[in-house]
Amino acid sequence: MAKAKYRPEFIVQRDDEKCIRCQVCVRMCSNDVHTYYPETDTVISESSRCVGCHFCEDLCPTGAITICRSEPQIKENYHWSGTEVYNIIKQADSGGVLLTGMGCDRPYKDYFGHMVLNASQVTNPSIDPLREPMELKTFIGGKPEVVVIKKSSEPELATQIPPQLELETPIMFSAMSYGSISLNACKSLAKAACDFGTCWNTGEGGLHRDLLPYAHRAIVQVASGRFGVNKEYLDAGCAIEIKIGQGAKPGIGGHLPGEKVPEEVSRTRMIPEGTDALSPAPHHDIYSIEDLKQLIFALKEATRYEKPVGVKIAAVHNVAPIASGIVRAGADFVVIDGIRGGTGAAPTVIRNNVGIPIELAIAVVDRRLREEGIRNRASIIAAGGFRSSADVVKAIALGADAVYIGTAALIALGCHLCQKCYTGKCNWGIATQDPYLTKRLNPEIGARRAYNLLRAWSLEIKEMLGGMGINAIESLRGNREQLRGVGLNEVELELLGIKHAGEAW
Amino acid sequence: MRKPKRIIIREEYCMGCRLCEVYCITQHSKSKDIIKAYRGEEPRPVSGIYFEEKGSVSFALQCRHCDDAPCLEACITGAMYRDEGTGMVLHDREKCVGCWMCIMACPYGVIKPDFGERKVASKCDLCIEAEFPACVEHCPNEAIILVDEEGERIYKEAV
Repeated sequence: MAKAKYRPEFIVQRDDEKCIRCQVCVRMCSNDVHTYYPETDTVISESSRCVGCHFCEDLCPTGAITICRSEPQIKENYHWSGTEVYNIIKQADSGGVLLTGMGCDRPYKDYFGHMVLNASQVTNPSIDPLREPMELKTFIGGKPEVVVIKKSSEPELATQIPPQLELETPIMFSAMSYGSISLNACKSLAKAACDFGTCWNTGEGGLHRDLLPYAHRAIVQVASGRFGVNKEYLDAGCAIEIKIGQGAKPGIGGHLPGEKVPEEVSRTRMIPEGTDALSPAPHHDIYSIEDLKQLIFALKEATRYEKPVGVKIAAVHNVAPIASGIVRAGADFVVIDGIRGGTGAAPTVIRNNVGIPIELAIAVVDRRLREEGIRNRASIIAAGGFRSSADVVKAIALGADAVYIGTAALIALGCHLCQKCYTGKCNWGIATQDPYLTKRLNPEIGARRAYNLLRAWSLEIKEMLGGMGINAIESLRGNREQLRGVGLNEVELELLGIKHAGEAW
Repeated sequence: MRKPKRIIIREEYCMGCRLCEVYCITQHSKSKDIIKAYRGEEPRPVSGIYFEEKGSVSFALQCRHCDDAPCLEACITGAMYRDEGTGMVLHDREKCVGCWMCIMACPYGVIKPDFGERKVASKCDLCIEAEFPACVEHCPNEAIILVDEEGERIYKEAV
């Protein structure tokens, strides 16, 4: 049979009138799309190799390059999309598992897009955040059942408050390891988090020595491979997160190929250079909530009960009872990562089909913990596909204490969602360890842009809160009366715990 | 005499795109228009940037405007001179006879021969006509930055 040709996903259009043959595109593309032929003084672009990262388009000094989506060449139909057909052709060629990066891109219902927010009119005053104080300060950690104040001339707190993370905004950077992303990308996020007063997360990549100055704002992760975990690592961070699962690949472990383990990654992860870094699917010492409790308390003992210890799980069908078990096992915060959560590499079929949307997961976990009277014992951190400040506000109104942003943060650093993180050829210098590519991300610029994103979203959150007549993010938490569903059915409204638009208080 | 502002090269952030050269040529063209400079003007100006690359290491080097510039000593016609106002080392193409002793003398190798209209030397003038040097303004990764004496001292200490 004829050898299969892959449909180019993108067409590189070059306006020859504008092209000055400076060859910036030729030098910069890590996928070797552009080639200069001196004998004819032409630049030829091989569209089939283009991944759609738009790096050349953004660098081209004359705007001669446009990357366009290619029209499918096959006869698509409702059931058989071009993607499905070409995936089968690829698999018939390779016999392998298809890999991908970033979060699930399937058209599952977007619940954030089906919820609207409230605002004050006449009967209650709205607040102008530019003129009046507006509090976004968020504390992550267990809260006491009751607060007792000693009666003396100076009021004094008698209750011992569990360790807390103090955040200036309810937005943190989610776990992305050094290894999955470059050190410059880690530095950018770490510096932005420290400057703004929020947290970043080491992921399961250990803490590189260059990141130590930012460790006081680092949530250090303990995952199934235990890479880079030691006493200094645990002591360095401001909180510890036990990673059980990830929204992009629930039930799946991690696999950092040996090519992405150069000297510095090897030193940080404490594994030999060039060896595959395999994170097992389960923690082999955790087969029950009781086992999890042992690890939580082992980590609390190791750090003298001075910092919050939390657990991260993927949002799956049984998320509410699992979260309840995690809280009862002594976690100070529970991280829930929804189906839209990103990844550096995952089997496409897992990323696209496993897990549940984060909106529903937040709602059911918050309700379950309230019903059981244990909501105060742990904070809920939601993760997985937050695209704007409105998504953050809606998540908090559904019951989250704070959110993690990963994809949005990487977009601030340059990412254009080409989903080719797993190839290690990221032109933007983010998801790569190639020294030729990593230096393309100047951490000074990265930190500035990530900080700007936090600032912009925080300002917008204040505007939305003000509109609702609320002056502190605390008053929005679990305040589902501020939400109304649009175009949701009864089951969805019941699960989200919200009324349909049009219904009054 | 005021010390010149200096361009600092941060090789750790230079990605080797060579856009600095493109914008240098544009800035020193007659039209100052990128497409016209490349596609219409003959001869095309020589860029004042000397670009080096080996493996993953690359950087773009311009005239350092040295305090003890050997090119000033070497110049036989006085074409190479120090601007008293800014302290920059500048080059008068009218006076230049193209002996290229400056090229021989430059310890950084950043003076280039220009065979355009006639044989002369060519080097970075820190874009004296513009507000900012074009390479500094257009470097996409801020690998080329302009600092004053104080900034240079701080940067050297940091490195």
